[in-house]
Order: sequence, then C-alpha cells, then structure tokens
Amino acid sequence: MESEIKQFTVSIYTENNIGLLNRISAIFQRRHINIESINSSVSEIEGVSKWTIVVQLSEERMKKIQGQIEKQVEVIKAYYHTEDQIIYQESCLFKIKSELLFDEPEVQNIIKDSNARIVIVNKEFFVIEKSGKKEEIELLYRELSVFGIMQFTRSGRVSVTKDEMKISTMLKAFQH
Amino acid sequence: MKETQTLQEKATSKEATERISGSEAVIKCLLAEGVEILYGYPGGAIMPVYDELYKYQDKIHHVLTRHEQGATHAAQGYARISGKVGVAIATSGPGATNLITGIADAQIDSTPMVCITGQVGSHLLGSDAFQETDIIGISTPVTKWNCQITTASQIPEVIAKAFYIAKSGRPGPVLVDITKDAQFEEFDFKYEKCKGIRSYKPIPDTDKNSLKAAAELINNAKKPLVVWGQGVILGKAEEAFKAVIEKAGIPSAWTILGASAIPTKHPLNVGMVGMHGNYAPNVLTNDCDVLIAIGMRFDDRVTGNLESYAKQAKVIHFEIDPAEVDKNVKTDVAVLGDAKASLEALLPLLKANSHPEWHQKFKDLYEIEYEKVIKNELYPTKEGLTMAEVLKEINIQTKGDAAIVSDVGQHQMIACRYAEFTTTKSNITSGGLGTMGFALPAAIGAKMAAPEREVVMIAGDGGYQMTIQELGTIFQQKVPVKIVVLNNEFLGMVRQWQQMFFDKRYASTEMTNPDFVAIAKGYFIDAKKVTERKDLKASVKEMIDSKGPYFLEVCVEKEGNVFPMIPTGASVSDIRLE
Repeated sequence: MESEIKQFTVSIYTENNIGLLNRISAIFQRRHINIESINSSVSEIEGVSKWTIVVQLSEERMKKIQGQIEKQVEVIKAYYHTEDQIIYQESCLFKIKSELLFDEPEVQNIIKDSNARIVIVNKEFFVIEKSGKKEEIELLYRELSVFGIMQFTRSGRVSVTKDEMKISTMLKAFQH
Repeated sequence: MKETQTLQEKATSKEATERISGSEAVIKCLLAEGVEILYGYPGGAIMPVYDELYKYQDKIHHVLTRHEQGATHAAQGYARISGKVGVAIATSGPGATNLITGIADAQIDSTPMVCITGQVGSHLLGSDAFQETDIIGISTPVTKWNCQITTASQIPEVIAKAFYIAKSGRPGPVLVDITKDAQFEEFDFKYEKCKGIRSYKPIPDTDKNSLKAAAELINNAKKPLVVWGQGVILGKAEEAFKAVIEKAGIPSAWTILGASAIPTKHPLNVGMVGMHGNYAPNVLTNDCDVLIAIGMRFDDRVTGNLESYAKQAKVIHFEIDPAEVDKNVKTDVAVLGDAKASLEALLPLLKANSHPEWHQKFKDLYEIEYEKVIKNELYPTKEGLTMAEVLKEINIQTKGDAAIVSDVGQHQMIACRYAEFTTTKSNITSGGLGTMGFALPAAIGAKMAAPEREVVMIAGDGGYQMTIQELGTIFQQKVPVKIVVLNNEFLGMVRQWQQMFFDKRYASTEMTNPDFVAIAKGYFIDAKKVTERKDLKASVKEMIDSKGPYFLEVCVEKEGNVFPMIPTGASVSDIRLE
C-alpha cells in the first residue's frame, strides 16, 4: 500500500530567491523523480512565493521529499496533496489555421462545447485558450488534432486547497 | 517634509556606519564573527580581499594552503575540534571548484564552515569570462545555503546570515560568492549579527509527550541499547548524555562521528557500530528491545541491510533535523529538538536501572571479538606490523589524550576501533563522504585551533598522497602536527574488498611509493621510517616528544584485513569475525 505510485501536488511557500529553483529541482533530480509540471508565482502573502509541483511517486517517498524541501533555508513550508484535496486548473493555448474556423462547423462546435475562449483571430490563424483539468485539455487536444494544430502549449498546474492553509499564522510564529 | 525625514534618517544612520570598500567589509565581518584564522589561496578575482588581509594581518591570520581542497579540510579540522565555524577562501573558477570536495564533506558530516569565493566582475557574469564558473550552481546541492553578492552593500547582511546558518541548528557549509566589482565598491558599512531568518527554524520544538513516551519505553525496557552520533558533540550534550545513560544503565555504542563524546574507557561504552564496528553492539542491535538513537542518522554503513535492522526493537530517535526522522529506519518515538535540552528534560523522567544480565551479553561477545580479532591485532605474534599496534603505542605515549585525525580506508577503521579517547571532539575523520586526502590538511586546522592538544594524523599511503603537498603548509606555518603514515603499499580497503569479493583481482590497488621520509625531509620536517616491531615504541615516543612537526612512516603488513566486517547487504547481526 505504502509503495503505490500516486499523483501528488506539492505546494511550497518560499522566500523569493534566485537560486531556489536549482535547490528544489535538485531534490527531485537526485532521486530520479520526474517533475510533471512546475509553476512559480506570488502567493497570498506579500513577499512569499508559492510553487506548485506535480509529481508521481509513493507517499512514503513523498513524505521524505517534503522533509528535504522544508530543510532548505529559504523554504518556509512545504505541503503535499492528493487530487481530492485540492481545486486545480491548468491552462493551454491552441494555434489553428483560420480557415478551419470558417470552413469547419465542427470546429466551432468543439470550441463552444469545451468552454474554450477565442483569444485572437486574424487572416492566417486563430488562438483559443482553455483552462481546466488535464483530462479536459487532453480531450480538446484530441478533438482538434483531427483538423490539425499549428501550435500547442500547456501550463503547469495551479491549485488551491479545499482545507485552510495555516501558513500565515505559521509565518508569524516563525518570526524571531 | 518627507525629504527632511529622509535626510534626518540618513544623518542618524551615518553615525553608525563608515565608508569602506566591499573587500574591507568582508574582513570586518569576519572579525565581527570572531574569526581569527582562515585558510585559503589567492587569485585574480579575490585579490581585493587579499589586499585587505595584508592590511589586517595582525588581527586575522591567513593560512596559505597548497591547494584549495586543503583549505576546506583545514577549515573542517578547525571546526571539528573547536566547535567554531571554519573559514576557507578562494578565487573564482578553479579556485572555487577545488573547494567542492571539502564542502561536500562538510555537508554530509554537518560541519560548520563558511567559504568565500571571488567571482568575475558582475558585468562579465554569464559571458564565459576568464576563470568564471557558476560556483553557485555547482555548490547548490552540497551547501546548506549559498549566495552570490554583486553589490558591496549586500556584504554585511549576507556574511552575517552565512555564519548564522553555518553554525545554527544542524550545522553545515555555506558558500558566499562575491563579484570583483562588489569587492572594490565603497559603501556605508555597518554590521549586525543575524538573529534569525523567517523561513528557517534551526531547532524544531520538542514535544513533551514524545519525551514522556521515550521515557516510558526506556523505563520498561529489559534490553535497551543506545547508539549515539555526532549530534551529541555538535549539540554540546556530552554531560547530559552521560547522565542519561548512567542513570538508566544503558549500554551505549557510537557511530564513527560520535566517537569521543564520552571516554573510550567509560564502563557503559560498548564500542562502535557499523561495517567495521565492534561485534557486540552490532550483533545485539538485533537483540535489544528498545533502540535509542541519539544525534545519528542511520547511515547505511551503520545499519547494514535495513530489512533486517533492529526489527524486533522499538526505536526512539532523538534528532535535530526532522528530515532524518523515518528516513531510513521507522521510529516509534521521535524526539525532535536540541540534544542537550532533550536529554536534560529526559533525565528526571528516567528510573535508575542497571541491566546486569544484558550488560553481560556485551561482555561475552566482547570476549569472542577479543579472542578472534583484537588480541591478534594488538599483540600480534606474526612478523608483520599491524596497524592496531601502532595505535596502541600512540595511546600509550599520549595517554589517550590525543586528537586523532584519520584519513579514509583501513587505517581509519583501525584508528576509530583502537584509538583511546578521554576528551570530546577528538576523533576527526571524514565519515559520510569518505574523502581520501582529508587527514593531512584537517590535522593542520585542528592543531591550529587547539594548539594545546596533541594532534596525531593517521593516513594510509594512498590518501596521504592525495594532499601530500600540505606538508608545505605545515612547514611554512610551523604547525607541530604528528604525521603517521601506515604504509601497506596498497589501497588497502579496496584491496580487502578485491580479496573478499573479487577473487583477489587486485586491479589498480598496488602502490609503488616514493621515499616518504625524503619527501618530509625535503620540507624540513623531522622524519623516520619504522619497519620492525622492535623499533616501534621508541619511534612513536620520539615523535610524540618532538616539539615540532614530525613524520613517521610505519611499514605494516601488506595484506592485512580489517575485521569484524558486515559485508554490503548483510545484516548487522551477520557481522563476520574472519
């Protein structure tokens, strides 16, 4: 049971520091763990960055890695969550030939049904943006790839937890 | 209004500052942190700092080593014997990369060290400039923290943080890389020691319930065993530790880095655990009912096969680093926090106990080890000299009061097994990284930090030649270290493995050695070579009596093996005596 491979979303609250990406990615790299996606942004607390990393591994290893991450001087706190503990989204962009939008009614239907948004349309191409879960994006990708995709890119996962994160209280307690 | 305020603020802050260069600031920061000695090697990108070192040479002593790796090991030796932060300094590029082995060693052995490197000018960063290397990128996985400084005004804060991080909590190495323009730049200097960092909690809180749970397990144990590590020494917890084991009457064994925390001859000291440790504590690890680990990290060289390590026992782990808990061995009770504080709080919760039958088991197994191994090592009847009889002579001549700085390999295991210690912080060796070449420079640092101590370096003929150039440092600085090379003309530990596990195929382990005595004499160091047992005693005495540095080569049995031994992948209780 312990060694079952699961998907975890790791949330790391850190000081904003140039070298930290290296330090954190090295923790995974040393143990041959592939980072499925990684995202860094500001957090709800001023001056604190938040990283969201998606990895697949056993919970036992996940716990140990959480310890190794928290051990880094500039990491304030690291958490890991299973899929059911978080609300998460990914975002993607499709670049498609404009003629398809006008000539293929099916393409219009796909866009409409998927709740994707048209960002720009010009003579040569149009760009649609879709946010959602990975599976929704993959479905849209499969449907559109029948007609041909000029370019495609997907962002890393961003997530918030269902439960309260007590990071602000913790930060106060950490003050010396 | 606002402008006046700013001007006023400026006026007040100016009183407490002085306008100096970044490089002078580096020296002033070091002085403010109490640094008296630093080890290093100059070069282009660090020259402004060296220029200041020249000015401040009456206040801070720079030791020119013969290689930057030597500077790090010397700083480590300094730190290990004194408990203070060791400091090493080097230039950019190759100077900086040469520090890496020592930094990695300090990281895995939790040694407080600050390394300062020069870097090319900030406008050249990323341009593949002469002697430019990404030392921040390179050192990241082996430092507790590192930081690059590109403007002089960052210097005081970063160096203050560097010292704070290096010595607090679980200690470790920190690297500060300073661009050349930041060293030249002038700014208003003011130094404040670092008192804390928001994201960094050096010592985790101790849960009182965990202490109670630990005490209950210990009080109810019939066959408790303590295994202690360097945490006891780093946490200055020696006295508290002794009080705990004495009250509860627990046989206590040590890891290689824990050695010397209590005297070798303490009645509760049952010897070393691990691959070449003592028979009784290894075998009885798999017999005890409660295993109490204190300031140690269950290294694979200690545990052997984890699948069969102390499975019958409840495990209590006293540990400062939460990431170590449950990392290798699943604990029943983890007591997080500072070793000294935790042990002092544990003491009143313990019942006095003595466990005489359990102690007898250790004595019985010791007798077996004595008959099969120890007797033949200490009092050999065969012709060739053993490494252990050299250690025995050193024990006799120094009354067990020397600090032993050992290198890596067979002689290291023998030194740790047979050296007698009466004082803490006396076993200085490269434990986790196993860095050959560690001992000679580390002995320099140790002797300079503790000139009143007898410092005896012990190396094999292999490791000695990895940093042999530091004889130059010993000569120039007149450091009275005693240098012992146990020469078996082999890379002995590798040869032992080749003999045992590779059908005696001695691939590249035989050494054709130079005249070591002539080399030492070339550096004007008194030197002697011993090849026969009858000359050993007098030679060791001559070495110890010598006021200056002294080199002693002892030609030992060529194909001697270190036993007991837990073969890789075997259980601690399957330790072999022959």
